[in-house]
Amino acid sequence: METGHLGNDEKFVAELQDCAKLLIDKLQNNHYQDASKLIHSLYEVRDRHIFQSVGKLTRALHDAIVNFHVDADLYPEARDSEIRDATDRLQYVIKMTQDAANKTMDRVEAAAPIAVNLGQEAHALKMEWEKLRRREMSKQDFARLYGRVDDFLEQMDEGSNQLSQNLQAIILEQGFQDLTGQVLKKVIGLITDVEKELVNLVRIAGQVEEVAGLAVDKPDAGAGKSRPDKSRVDKSLVDKSAAEGPQIHARPDVVNGQDEVDDLLSSLGF
Amino acid sequence: MKILIVDDFSTMRRIIKNLLRDLGFTNTQEADDGVTALPMLRNGDFDFLVTDWNMPGMSGIDLLKQVRADPKLVSLPVLMVTAEAKRDQIIEAAQAGVNGYVVKPFTAQVLKEKIDKIFERVGGG
Repeated sequence: METGHLGNDEKFVAELQDCAKLLIDKLQNNHYQDASKLIHSLYEVRDRHIFQSVGKLTRALHDAIVNFHVDADLYPEARDSEIRDATDRLQYVIKMTQDAANKTMDRVEAAAPIAVNLGQEAHALKMEWEKLRRREMSKQDFARLYGRVDDFLEQMDEGSNQLSQNLQAIILEQGFQDLTGQVLKKVIGLITDVEKELVNLVRIAGQVEEVAGLAVDKPDAGAGKSRPDKSRVDKSLVDKSAAEGPQIHARPDVVNGQDEVDDLLSSLGF
Repeated sequence: MKILIVDDFSTMRRIIKNLLRDLGFTNTQEADDGVTALPMLRNGDFDFLVTDWNMPGMSGIDLLKQVRADPKLVSLPVLMVTAEAKRDQIIEAAQAGVNGYVVKPFTAQVLKEKIDKIFERVGGG
């Protein structure tokens, strides 16, 4: 796309030099009318160069806005921008972390009363047991304690099962860190790309200033090489094996949950 | 039963390690990508590989392909546990010789099922 800022510059300078030579020639030979025409065309060449540079700047600005997504109503083409996608991704991170926090707390809230009840019953039984050891227990009390121990052992069995289930679920719930981490890495990559685009934009703006004579003298500014537009990779060229991370939206080419994975694999003879 | 868990996120390695322990598999080791995992597999006597897909260095799918290309590791059972959910990717993993595929987020039940199924098949075949 950008065939090169340098190419344009060379043409511009060459045109200026040609005009200047002719101008000296005309002036020395007293051809004032022709000289005046040449001065006019000098202006034209300079203006054209500025227009071209401004055009490039406008184009780059437009790209930056599309990438940055300032306002989707003002710039409808921004609706499919990567920044929009990044916004969705960050929303996904919020949702994942929120869900994980809630589910973890749900599990703790479900487990806590079980632990409390078992503890209370164990404490009460211990008191009864000590009575028995001190031989302060009547036959009737002993019969009651006998039944109570029986119940407690059953509660203990069931309760410890529920506790370990809840603990395992809490561990599993921490998987959000991996899934959100993958999404955040992608967004960080995008921000780095946008930053590069913006740096380029600033560079192009600098070139316009230079040509228009607005620049505070910066002799090396023209040395910047023309930038090949490689910062964004054509999606169709992306390797099929490339990892995509968690899917944010439902899509036909993406499975929705483990059941669909199993169906797909069994259709392949697994 | 010696198991290698490969994932670039340490939290996920820890989760899988915990779940495996609950299932009675206590001899596990960890690696954070394929580059680290491959020499461990080649030099160790692992019986089972659990790997993520999306990792820096060497991805899980490349690790799987390397494992299948290695005469010593060619029949090592491999379970992929990954957020990659595109049909093309699952097919690619199947073609590369994966033994099971679990999408994240997953449940303890699903992980147990897939592992049981793999060993059933490996033991029976």
